[in-house]
Amino acid sequence: MKDHSKEKVISAESSLILESSPHIRAKDTTPRIMYRVILSLLPAVAASIYFFRWRALILILVSTATALITEALCLLARRKPIRTVLDGSAAITGLLLALTLPPSLPPAMAVIGSLIAISLGKQVYGGLGHNIFNPALVGRAFLQAAFPVAMTTWVPPVTVHVDVATYATPLANWKFQNAVALGTLTPLKDLFWGNVGGCLGETSAAALLLGALYLLIKKTIDWRIPLGIIVTLSLFTGLFWLINPGRYAPPQFHLLAGGLIIGAFFMATDMVTSPITPAGTWLYACGIGLLIGIIRLFGGLPEGVMYSILLMNTFVPLFNHYLRPRILGERRSKR
Amino acid sequence: MARKKTFPRGIHPEENKLTARKPLEFLPPPEKVFIPLLQHFGAPASPLVKKGDEVLLGQKIGEAKATFSAHVHASVSGQVAAVEDVIHPNGYPVLAVVINNDGQDRPCPEMKEWADPLSLSPEEIKKRVKEAGIVGLGGAAFPTAVKLSPPKDKPIDTLIINGCECEPYLTADHRLMLEFPEEIVKGAELARRAVGASRIIFGLEDNKPDAAASLRQHLHGLPAEVVLLKTKYPQGAEKNLIYALLGREVPRGGLPFDVGVLVQNVGTARAIWEACRSGKPLIERAITVTGPMIKEPKNLLVRIGTPLSYVISSCGGLMEGASLIILGGPMMGLAQSSLDVPVIKGTSGVVALREACLEEELPCIRCGRCVDHCPMRLVPTQIVKFIQAEKWAEAETWGALDCVECGCCQYSCPSKIRLVHWIRVGKNFLVKLKRKKSA
Repeated sequence: MKDHSKEKVISAESSLILESSPHIRAKDTTPRIMYRVILSLLPAVAASIYFFRWRALILILVSTATALITEALCLLARRKPIRTVLDGSAAITGLLLALTLPPSLPPAMAVIGSLIAISLGKQVYGGLGHNIFNPALVGRAFLQAAFPVAMTTWVPPVTVHVDVATYATPLANWKFQNAVALGTLTPLKDLFWGNVGGCLGETSAAALLLGALYLLIKKTIDWRIPLGIIVTLSLFTGLFWLINPGRYAPPQFHLLAGGLIIGAFFMATDMVTSPITPAGTWLYACGIGLLIGIIRLFGGLPEGVMYSILLMNTFVPLFNHYLRPRILGERRSKR
Repeated sequence: MARKKTFPRGIHPEENKLTARKPLEFLPPPEKVFIPLLQHFGAPASPLVKKGDEVLLGQKIGEAKATFSAHVHASVSGQVAAVEDVIHPNGYPVLAVVINNDGQDRPCPEMKEWADPLSLSPEEIKKRVKEAGIVGLGGAAFPTAVKLSPPKDKPIDTLIINGCECEPYLTADHRLMLEFPEEIVKGAELARRAVGASRIIFGLEDNKPDAAASLRQHLHGLPAEVVLLKTKYPQGAEKNLIYALLGREVPRGGLPFDVGVLVQNVGTARAIWEACRSGKPLIERAITVTGPMIKEPKNLLVRIGTPLSYVISSCGGLMEGASLIILGGPMMGLAQSSLDVPVIKGTSGVVALREACLEEELPCIRCGRCVDHCPMRLVPTQIVKFIQAEKWAEAETWGALDCVECGCCQYSCPSKIRLVHWIRVGKNFLVKLKRKKSA
C-alpha cells in the first residue's frame, strides 16, 4: 500500500502542520535502546579486559569495527541510507560477538565472525528488524564450525596462575573431568566474580548482572525471558542434581557457569529475534532453558546456550503467529 | 486499602494539566458563529432556516431526520447570514448555519424553567434530551437520546458517569465536576431513571480527588458512588472504564449495553440536567484551551460555533512558532489546518503544541512495546504488517476493527512508526469491504 503518513500537509494560509493522532510520543527511540544496551555491556567489557588484558581489548575492537564496516558496506550495496550504520545495532552485534569469543582466538577469525554475523546474520534478511536469528550468535556458530579448535581452546585469566598446557572452562571441567566426584568443581565465588576461564564476556557474572539490572530497571529488556530461562534451567538441572548429586552439578553452578547469564540477559532478549506476545515469550524462554539443560547434561558439548537460543529463534515467527493474545471482549472458548 | 481499580496495559504520559486550578470562564459569544449541521456520529441534520431568517438563542435550526442524528440549535440570537459549507474539524466541508450575533441573547420560548425535572417519566426525559440535541461530550459525539434507548432485550443495570479525563492537558471536565457537581449528579440521576439502571458509578482518575469530594457532597439519597481509578491513559476509554469498574468485558464488536452498562461523560450529564430543567439545548460546552504555545491557558464555557481563532485570541493568542493546533487532547485529537474551524459539540479542548511528531520512521525491531501497552490487547505491529500487505482477513482476525485508536502503541513505539495511521487506513478499507459484501 502507498504510505500517506509521510506526506506532511502544510496548509497554505499558515504554518500549521497536519498529522494524525497521537500528537505526543514517549522519549525512547530505537537508537537510544541500542546505545543503552551497549552501555549496559561496559562492565562486562571492563571485566574482560581486566581478566584477559590486551587479548580482550583487541578482539572487542576488531569485532566491533568489522561489524560497523560490514554494515556500512551492506547498506551501500543495498542502496539504503548509510547513516543508520550508527543506529547502534551493528555495534551491539560486534560487541556481543566479541564477548562470546575465547580470549586466545586470533583476531583475524574475529573479523570473519563479525563479517558473517552482520552480512549473513542480519543484512541478507533486509537489515535491522528483519533477521530471524540473533546475528552475533550466527557469527559465533559460523566460527564454531569453521575453527572448532581455536573456538574451544582456552587460556586462564591473568589473575589465575596455573601450569597446564590446556585449560578447561568450568563447564568442560564438570562435564569431561568428573569434577563433582573429584571435588574439583569450580567454586561459585570464582564463577560469580569471574576468576575463571571462558569466553571474554562470560567469565564475570557480577559484571553482566550489573548491566542486566540496569536494562531491567530501564525496561529495555523483557524480564520474562531471563526469568523463564533461569527458572526452567534451575528446575531441570536441580531435578537431576537431587536424583544424583554425586554426578550432577547443582543448579546454582549451571546458572553462573558458561554463557548462561550473557545469553539469558543479553542474547535471548534481542528484541528482533524474540517473540512479541507474552505467551510466546514465556514459551520461548522456557524452551531455551530446557534446551540448555538438555545439551549441558546429555549433549556432546559442555555448553549449549548458543544453540539453544538459535534453535528457539526459529520458533519465534510461529509463536508470533499462533499465540495471539486474547482481545479484550473476545470469547475465551472461540480462540 | 484495596488496590486502586484500573485496567491492564495502557500508558502514563506526562499529565500537563496546566489549567486544573483555573475556574471555568464564560467566553462572550463572537459576532458570527458557524454552526455545522453535522457535529455528531450519524447523519447530518437538515437545515430549518435560510439566509435572512431571524433566529433566537436556543432555537432549533437543524432537524435530525435519521435515527442516528441530533438536532442543532442556534447558540446566539440574530440573523442567519448564510447556510453554506464550512470546514469541519475533521477536515471535510460540511453544511453549516452562519449567524450574525445581535449580542442580545434573546431566548426562544422553549427555554423556560420546568417544574421539578426529577418527576419526569423516562420517556419525557428521553424526549427532552433528543429535543436538546445532546450528544456525548467526551469526544465521540454519539447522540445521547439513542444511547438512552437501548434494545428491550438488553436491560441496563449500571450507569457509569465518566469523569476520568485521561487525556493529557485537558481539565474542562475536572472543572465541571468542581463547579457544577450538583447539576452533574442530578443529570446522572435523570439518565439513570431514563434507562432504568439500579445504580450510578462515577469513575474518576485519582489525580482529581477534589472533584471526587465535590461530587460526593451531592450523592445523599441516591444509589450512587464515586470511585477513584488509577491515573492512566486511556482510563476513560469506554471499554476499559467498564472493565476497570465492573470487571465486565464488552464483547468484540459489541456495545456497553451488551454487558448491561451505559456510559455518559460528566459534561453530558450536566447537559441532560440543563435540558430537563430549563429546556436549554446543547448550545454551549466547557473546553480547555491549553498547551505550551497558548499564552494564557484557560478553561472556558464556549458557545457552539465559535471559531477557533476567536477562542485562541481570548486566551492571549498563540506564541511564536506554534505549528500544531489540536482539537481535543494530544492523544486522540484532530490536528487543524486552519483556525477558522468552529468549536462543535464534540470539542473537548484546544491544545497548541510547538512541533508535530516529525521523527523519521525506523524499522520495527519487534520490541513488543505496542503489545505491552495496547489496552485492547491487540498486536498493533502485526496488524499494521497485515494492512500494509493488504491481507484483510488476517487484519480483521487480529483485531483491526477492535482498535479504539487511543494511540498508546504509537506513543510508545521507539521506532516512531505511525501505527494508528495505518490501522485507520485498514479500518476504513475493512468497513468498505464489509459494505460491499452486504450490498
